[in-house]
Amino acid sequence: MAVGLYGLSFGALSVAAGLDLLSTMALSALMFTGGSQFAYIGVISGGGAPAAAVGAASLLGIRNCLYGVQLNAMLQPRGLMRPVMAHFTIDESMANATAQEDPGEQRRGFWAAGVAVFVFWNLATLVGALAGERIGDPKIYGLDGAALAAFLGLLWPRLRGREPIAVAVACGAATALVTPVLPPGLPIIVSAVVAAGMVLIRRRGGRG
Amino acid sequence: MTPLGWVLVAAAIAFVTKLVGYLLPGSWLDSPTARAMSGAVTVGLLASLVVTNTFVAGTSVQLDARVAAFVAAIVALILRAPFIVVVIVGALAAAAARAMGAA
Repeated sequence: MAVGLYGLSFGALSVAAGLDLLSTMALSALMFTGGSQFAYIGVISGGGAPAAAVGAASLLGIRNCLYGVQLNAMLQPRGLMRPVMAHFTIDESMANATAQEDPGEQRRGFWAAGVAVFVFWNLATLVGALAGERIGDPKIYGLDGAALAAFLGLLWPRLRGREPIAVAVACGAATALVTPVLPPGLPIIVSAVVAAGMVLIRRRGGRG
Repeated sequence: MTPLGWVLVAAAIAFVTKLVGYLLPGSWLDSPTARAMSGAVTVGLLASLVVTNTFVAGTSVQLDARVAAFVAAIVALILRAPFIVVVIVGALAAAAARAMGAA
């Protein structure tokens, strides 16, 4: 249900951002990691260059790599199962697998979430994109409000403790500061550098 | 390159990023620094996306109907609303603000 509405928003917003139906579906079927997809169309709709959109989406996808490390250790897939599992490695399948304790349940949790989200995400994207081609201005329906609420919803559970809150505030402020002086799409890249820099400075400070 | 070409490049990078996690020895990437870095970059990018989608139009910072969605979504999150409700509240707030005359 949540995936469905989120997917509807994504499809409609992607078309509104100027991507055609095929590109929109390619994002959901092939990229298949919601945050990165929203980042991609967010940069494009803000007038950013495609290369900046690729950069933002790729940086936001780095967490999937660490999910892969943990899922690989947990479920120990072999051969061709690895690329297949890699494609279905997203926030939801990772969360569902790690919520279980028994290895069999972990495997079932991963596949149940991964496949269900894939099917509904792509169906919802298609419906949203087709609807988006017809409704005209998505702002009347508040779809841009839905997108920023979705980003907030993704961010909120990660704000446990002082450090992530400091990173979020610093990166949000940095984005607002550099927006008037950089081409669209680059402020988000700056925020990634700020976040990484804060970790490095804190680690160094902790040891010294 | 065509718009679809760029999308395919981004999709390929996303897939390879996922696959690398399965292929490299876990000890290479599963260090505390790597986890802290990945977590912080994710938080930083999401915060940047929130700000961009709320306050930015092109290269200028401005206040419009999206601010209503931002405030309403935060209230929903503080009230522990599920993700789907937060998204709906955001859409309704922006649509309502525009219906009442906000840009």
